[in-house]
Amino acid sequence: MALPDAEQTYAALADRMRGAIAFDAKFVGIYSGGAWLAERLAQTIEGDHPVGYIDVSFYRDDFDRKGLKPEVKRTQLPFEVEGATIVLVDDVLYTGRSVRAAVNELFDYGRPARIELAVLVDRGGRELPIEATYVGARLAVARDLSIVLSRAADGRFAITAEAGGA
Amino acid sequence: MHNPQLNAAGELTHLLTLEGLPAEFIVRILDTAVPFVSIAERDVKKVPLLRGRSVFNLFFESSTRTRTTFEIAAKRLSADVINLNIGVSSTSKGETLLDTVDNLVAMNADMFVVRHSQSGAPHLIAAHLNRTGRAHVHVVNAGDGRHAHPTQGLLDLFTIRHYKKDFRRLTVAIVGDVLHSRVARSLIHGLTTLETPEVRAIGPKTLLPTAVQSLGVHVYHDMREGLAGCDVVVMLRLQSERMRGALLPSPGEYFKHYGLTAEKLAMAKPDAIVMHPGPMNRGIEIDSAVADGDRSVILPQVTFGIAVRMAVMSILAGG
Repeated sequence: MALPDAEQTYAALADRMRGAIAFDAKFVGIYSGGAWLAERLAQTIEGDHPVGYIDVSFYRDDFDRKGLKPEVKRTQLPFEVEGATIVLVDDVLYTGRSVRAAVNELFDYGRPARIELAVLVDRGGRELPIEATYVGARLAVARDLSIVLSRAADGRFAITAEAGGA
Repeated sequence: MHNPQLNAAGELTHLLTLEGLPAEFIVRILDTAVPFVSIAERDVKKVPLLRGRSVFNLFFESSTRTRTTFEIAAKRLSADVINLNIGVSSTSKGETLLDTVDNLVAMNADMFVVRHSQSGAPHLIAAHLNRTGRAHVHVVNAGDGRHAHPTQGLLDLFTIRHYKKDFRRLTVAIVGDVLHSRVARSLIHGLTTLETPEVRAIGPKTLLPTAVQSLGVHVYHDMREGLAGCDVVVMLRLQSERMRGALLPSPGEYFKHYGLTAEKLAMAKPDAIVMHPGPMNRGIEIDSAVADGDRSVILPQVTFGIAVRMAVMSILAGG
């Protein structure tokens, strides 16, 4: 399986969002890959885009089976969610369960006017009726592989595949 | 010896004491509590982690504050909470502790929060559940006799870490009735596990356990001497029944020697924080001016206590 170049994929995602999203849309990154992506998109895309972060650990549907992961980050939404246009940002869209959890968590902060979803890679395999609004690249990936985004010290992205399904 | 707090896979399944609990578990609980603190600042102060679970508050000894904070913690995790004041119900009709537990398990309890005047009661319940193949039902010790009060110890540790960051550079003084205090015992074990270099116990001879030095604690009978250079001052509640037991002359005399005043606090470091597990006796172990002063973190302790209990419950329930 050939993995796409992360920087080209990022540029493609930014192109699709540019002009299509609201000028004051708030970017909310899902930890950890989505958080890096949201930060960088806020710099790249014109407009006033404050950045927030969500850790969905407290809203996951596999708590009964997997428990709490060791390091839960603090959800930080430094703006009013009520009435806002929010773009949820994640690195990889797979089953859709993280996005479901993130949407639920957002609603505990207020009622957004609109929620969109931007992902770097859509690898298919959805288990919930969730689709992304903006996609960098679509990819068919074997079930036993995880697609992992990493960020180098200079801020450049890389996409790798690791054994062990998501 | 097998640690009854851990299951066969080495996961924390009950929280009974901080004694012998490895640092990694303590640090994980403290780390997990951090994101729970911010939940209290939201419009909806609830997350769905324990939705559908039943938490039974089993209080064989009366306590309003601890029971309330456990109840709030469980409710913020979306659990159903059932409060039982056992002192005035079943046991007065002759039912044994373990029969009470078995009945509540038959009502599909998922977690027991237990306070008991007898040291070891939560341990007995946990061992009973483990032995009878029901280790999926969790036990949290909310204070047993003079033995342990691990969630109070953890919230004290959380508070200290919040303000002072690194335990390995700190001098912590615990002042007062260390002999009868499960709060002190739990805190001392936690501080030792997290490699706090200097822990001091300050109090009259009648209120310090004779073996306290064996816990690695330095003993002071002069409060000014003991407070010198401290980063953290933990005041303990003086239980009035100790006066009747002739361990102390009078409240006035106690305040004179061991009450925390601004003048005595001046012996500690300028940025030292003052803690108290509550409920406090103003004018007996602590002066109002100190309790309400800018060095006091007594109310933040209460707020952090809810987050720490949420962390404990969700780690236990998540296995």
